[in-house]
This record gives sequence, C-alpha cells and structure tokens, in this order.
Amino acid sequence: MQTFIEDLITKNNYQATHLLAVLRAVQAQYHHIPKAAIEQIAKLLLIPRTQIIGVIEFYSFFHLTPRGQYELLISDSITDHMLGKHEMTAYIEQKLNVKLGEVRTDGLVSFDNTSCTGLCDQGPAALINGYALPHLTPAKIDQMADLINQQLPVSAWPKVLFDVKDNVIKSSLLLAHCIQPGEALHTAFKRGLKETLKEIDMSGLRGRGGAGFKTATKWQYCSEEKTDEHIVVCNADEGEPGTFKDRVLLNAYAHHVFEGMTLCAAIIGAKKGFLYLRGEYLHLYDQLNAILADRHKLGLLGQHILGADVDVDFDIEICLGAGAYICGEESALIESLEGKMGVPRNRPPYPVTQGYLGKPTVVNNVETFMAAAKIAVNGGEWFAAMGTEKSKGTKILSICGDCDNPGIYEVTFGASIQSILDDCGAKDVLGIQIGGPSGTFISNTELARKIAFEDLATGGSFIIFNNTRNILDIVNNFTHFFAHESCGFCTPCRVGTSLLKNQLDKIVNGHGSAGDVVALEELCQLVKTQSHCGLGQTAANPILTTLERYPELYQAQLKKISYEPGFDLDAALETARRLANRDDAAAHLTQVEEG
Amino acid sequence: MAKTIMIDGLSIPFEEGQTIMQAATDAGVYIPHLCHHPEFSPHGSCKLCTVKVNGRNCSACTFPAMEGQEVINNAKDLNADRQKITQMLFVEGNHFCPSCEKTGNCQLQAVAYHLNMLDDHFPLFYQHREVDASHADLLIDHNRCIFCTLCVRASHEHDGKEVFAISGRGINKHLIVNSESGLLKDTDVSAKDKAAHICPTGAILIKHTAYQVPIGERIYDHQQIDQVSLNSEQVDHDK
Repeated sequence: MQTFIEDLITKNNYQATHLLAVLRAVQAQYHHIPKAAIEQIAKLLLIPRTQIIGVIEFYSFFHLTPRGQYELLISDSITDHMLGKHEMTAYIEQKLNVKLGEVRTDGLVSFDNTSCTGLCDQGPAALINGYALPHLTPAKIDQMADLINQQLPVSAWPKVLFDVKDNVIKSSLLLAHCIQPGEALHTAFKRGLKETLKEIDMSGLRGRGGAGFKTATKWQYCSEEKTDEHIVVCNADEGEPGTFKDRVLLNAYAHHVFEGMTLCAAIIGAKKGFLYLRGEYLHLYDQLNAILADRHKLGLLGQHILGADVDVDFDIEICLGAGAYICGEESALIESLEGKMGVPRNRPPYPVTQGYLGKPTVVNNVETFMAAAKIAVNGGEWFAAMGTEKSKGTKILSICGDCDNPGIYEVTFGASIQSILDDCGAKDVLGIQIGGPSGTFISNTELARKIAFEDLATGGSFIIFNNTRNILDIVNNFTHFFAHESCGFCTPCRVGTSLLKNQLDKIVNGHGSAGDVVALEELCQLVKTQSHCGLGQTAANPILTTLERYPELYQAQLKKISYEPGFDLDAALETARRLANRDDAAAHLTQVEEG
Repeated sequence: MAKTIMIDGLSIPFEEGQTIMQAATDAGVYIPHLCHHPEFSPHGSCKLCTVKVNGRNCSACTFPAMEGQEVINNAKDLNADRQKITQMLFVEGNHFCPSCEKTGNCQLQAVAYHLNMLDDHFPLFYQHREVDASHADLLIDHNRCIFCTLCVRASHEHDGKEVFAISGRGINKHLIVNSESGLLKDTDVSAKDKAAHICPTGAILIKHTAYQVPIGERIYDHQQIDQVSLNSEQVDHDK
C-alpha cells in the first residue's frame, strides 16, 4: 500500500487540493480508506489527518471501514421507486445474499442506498464500484450475481450492462444544430471579445442551474477583478433528484461545453478551468478527458489558443465529486475543488471576487456554458428572439416519472406545463415536481403555468406523478433526502432537516395528533428562513408546497384525540419484552385505552 | 463624519471592514451569539446572530457593515427564531444542566435564559455520544458539543496547533481530535492552550477545577449574558 500511495501522491503533484482524487483512488483500490493510508497521505500532503478524516466522513463514497470488493449502490430517488426500486432491492438482497446497508460476510459485496444517480429516465438504477448501471431487471441482477461470484473485475463486465441512453426527444436552439469545435472561439476572436460579451449580454442568458443570475454580468464582474489568475468552473455536480440533462450534454455535446468554458476564459482572462463532475458520472470521465486531449491537438486548449491576436492560454482539469448533493452549491463546490468538505462559504465575498483559492472565479452550469458558445456563434438576437421577457431562449428539461417518453426536452421559456405534458405523453396527471425536491410541487389544476424564471423556475428537473401515486410517499422521500444531504454546518439545517424528517415520519406513520401539522409547518418556516444556504432554505419546500395544496391529506393522518402518544407505545416495549422473555397479552399495550 | 448603520433605530458608527456584530458590540448593542468570538475569524454557523439587514436575513458575525444598512436585531420574531434555534442545539445533544459542572458558566445555558427558553420544544434525539477522559488534564464530553468550532479555530489561529476538527455530515457531525489513536491524550493539546478554555458549553473541560467556584457564584449567576458578553468583548475589540 505504501508504494501505491506514494505513486498516487506523486501523480497528484503533492497537491492537497487533489485530496478527493487521492481518496477516490484509495477507496477504489482498497474499498475503504485504511488508517495507515490516512497517516501516509497526511505526511505527504502536509495536511492534518483530521482534514482527511473530515473529508472521508463527509462524502458518501468514502468509508473508514471496509466495503465489499464490489460496492453496489442502488439509487434511492423517487423516480427509481416508481420504476420498481423496492422489488429490485429485495431481489438483490436475495440473489446476492446481502442486506441493504451491509457488507456480505465474505467481504465480496456490499449493498446500500445512494441519492439520485441521474438515470431517472432509465431506472431503477445502480452504481457498481462507481459505474452507472441503468435499468435494473431481475435478469441483469442474475447476470451481475454470476459476474460477482466469478470475481470478474467490473472493467471486464459486458458493456451492455453499462449502456446509458441519451434519450434526446425534443431539440431546439441548443440541441438541434451542432457547432464545430472552435467555431465559437473563431467567431468570438473575429468579432472581438468585448463585443462577444455584449452579444451574451444582449441574449439575456441567465444561469441554467436554477438561480438565474445573468451570465454576462457575472463574467463582467469577474473580469473586472485585478489579477491575472481568474478561474473558470463548470458545475457538473448535477445532484438535484430528477435531473439528468447535464449527463446527456456532457455525453453528446461536450465540445460545446468546453468551448463555452474556453470562451469565458478568454473574456475574463482565466488560464485555469475545472469541470466538477459528480462522482455518479464516473462513466463519462475517460471520454471527457479524451475530448480535452482532442481539443489540445486542435489548438483549442493550451498555449496561445487558435493563435488569436489576444493571447489566450487555457487548460481544463476534470475533478470528480464523491457523493455530496451540497457540492452543487457553488461555494461548497469550490471548497470541494480545494480538497475539503463541501461546506458552503459565508457571502460576501462572492466567488466572482474570491473563489477557488481566493481567486476570482466564474462558476456556471453545464448548460449555461453550452448556451454561451452557441450565442457566440449565432449572436444575442438569435437567442433572445425566443422565450419570455425575463427568461430568454430555451430550457433543457429532464423529464421523468409517469409519462410515455421520458428523456431530454428542450422547451422554449414560457411553455405551459400542459404543452410539455402533451409532448411527453403524460396522462391522468396528479401533479408535477418542478425543479426537483428543492423546487415546487404543482397540482393538476395548475397546468396553465409556465416554465420561466418569473413563474416556475427549474434547473431542469421535471418529475410527473399520475393519480396512482401517494403524495405523502413522495414528500417523505424528498424530506429524507435533505436530512441525508444536509452538510451540517448551520444549526437550522443540521438539526432542522432531521427534525422535519422525524416529524413527518410521525405524521405519515399515523402517530401524529392535533397540533402536529401546525408544529410541522412552524418548523418548515424556521428551516426555510434561518438556514445558511439554498439547501436548508429549500429543504422544507416539498412539505410546504404540498401542505398548501393538500392540507386535508396531512390532517387525515392525524389521530382524533389530543393525548395520543407521539410514538408507538407497544413497539417501545419490545426491548423490555425481550429482556423479560415475555410475549403474553399483559406484556402488550394498546395505543389508546378503549372506552 | 464616521460612517453609520442603523440598528433598531439607533445610529451606530462603524469602521471600514467591521462586521455588523463588531460595530454593534463596540456601540454596546448585544446580538445573541454562540459561535462568534472577537479574537477569532467569524464562522457564521450557529445562526443565533441572524439579523434583518434591509429586510434580508444575514449573520451579523460575518456580514460586513455598510453605509445605509437598516438592521433589525431585537425584534420579537427574530428572538422567537433564536429561541427555537437554541432549543435545536439542546435537543440535538444531551444537555442536562443540573448535573453539568459548567452550569452557571455555560454560554449555551445563559443564552437560553436570555431568550426566555422554558422547555426543549422539539423532541430529543437522544444521540449516543462518547466521553473522552483519556487526557490527564482535559476532558471532552461529546454530549455537549454544539459544533461552534471555537476550539478548532482557537487551536489553529491562537495556539498554532491543529488539535480539533469537525468531521462528518448533517446530524452525524462530530468533533474529532488530531491523533492517530483518535484520543485526546495522544494529541499535543495542553491545558494552557486557548482551545482548552474556549468552549461555550461543557464539552471541553479542565479536569480538577469543576467546583472551585460554587454554584450560585458563577459568571451568569450575577449577570445576564448580554452584559457579560459586552463587557468582555468590547475589551477584546480594543486590543
């Protein structure tokens, strides 16, 4: 192990910022991070061992205790549930002889839940040693069980198991016509960089991650910072459950994205760029690096790009995440890039003035960079001609859930929900979760509403539920998700998201009494208004948006009397019964005294 | 003329680079806080010091004072939220004030009294947490840690060490110490370290000193936390 780690640290140039990459490699090799490895890494990277332990315990994909040689994680998104996650979990448990959350006694395989893997249009999905396995079926699980028992390495497994589909169904401005590698840069250099920024400004392009900050303004602010060390970061930590459009863009349109990043670098004067790729998209890593190599050969990256009059030197490095939704928040992402726990920073200062290693940094979504590249080629007018007054252009949606054709739909801003449902073949609709769990749940009486920053904003997640679905199941899945993903930095979110989870469980499991829904709503408001970052501020949205629309659903869960115990009385006696070795009638309690 | 901000209708002067908390403290205005300490870089995590700045919630300990700010601090709704946040800290850990040797000297307890907290309000988590009594002079009772990171910052910024760190995520966050064994006795901590004396609760204690000052004669037995805090922190700012 000693040599393995020495080589690894050398390969990473002794950079502490590469801690996640180092730990990913150790986890992949030893299926946990051994104590001796922590000690050695701390010495070689000159960082305290506590920083390494902190990072290991922060990210879901790192472990201090051994996992199986085959680490199997099943996606726990609501969309996976709707496609049979429970049945597949039971089948895996039986077939592989391992319980969810455990390591098999022979140490060969471990099995656990993981947050949404971004394969919502082809679930139920899983990850095996980090690689995406779409569309699980009993037949595939049989095949996997054989491969595992033969101890064949994952790299030698049949490729068909890993066949992730793009499912691009509706194309418009961004997806319809590909630009050639270098076309946006050529046009921008010819037109002038300042003029190109003006075109982007004129296009009205706003950030596609969901918050909607005007892209040209962000680039302008960053460029005004007096330093020659600006940074460009592409946020490909697409963790919002129900979203998968960035996976498709990076698989089929990576040149566009890199082109947009390079354009940004030219405009703001950056030499260094990062693509922060969520760990769940490991299957894209090698091919993306190959594209970067191609772009070097084409003179589109590296020194003196395209031999332009203005000297542009720019390089892009791909950094993989390790299972933490919070890293989609831009300042948490920057912390993660620096090799730390993904804890959102205090603002101000904003990343445009002090970002990666304190340098002025532009962080934009994958789709934003792609749109900027196309605007550089086609001009601002071309983009601004579509959309609404405040939301120009198009939005790429990841549509999943109850519809005939889940996949990628590029819709014009201002499109009504009804028109989108018609496009994807959704019938008997109960409601739609727009923007993922952190967004809004709308009911089937609101289908005239529109996709736009001024009405329903979304980073791309669009989950459809039909009338067979139970709203409380959906809300429960989302609320558990936030409690699991809270970084724990601030009190209201750290404690509040877990309190929300417990309070909702209490109501859903039928132990709520009068006043419990009011208490739930109060808690929601506290978490929403007092939390440090967007995660906490939106964690109560699933409850709040459904409570507003279906108050009777929550009330119906409550018991009729006010002195109902807030827990299962009889279940609480289980330990006592076991200790007393009794199971007679007198050792049981009814929840409420009859009469 | 000095630049000013308005806090609850009072005009408060500030110097360029000061946070709202620093300006308020210097002017004798108390903003409740636990993770803030004037000697260390601000952290902004406990959220007790949340104030409304021009209508928007901001942490007073990290947010810079800027000309023209209208700050609301001592308001009914903010204090109600502060009380609930304090209750969250109580139910998250295991805080039994009557049997804790820090009682009367504890900032968490004092701020709870100040905010008129009369019960836990939320259901307790009853988390299983350990006590590390391995060190000859110091003790960590993890039941009482509120993750304010003051020990982390004091060790790093003042003592020039890295004895403490916060690890884990969400509700599983926990304090860890920098030794191969994971025990306090194997770290380079000393009872003379600032970090050993900075804990606002009873999570880090100096051994053999517990009842030298009897209950009834302790810091917050005489004065409320707002006065104690202003008296000590104004001095700190002047340093």
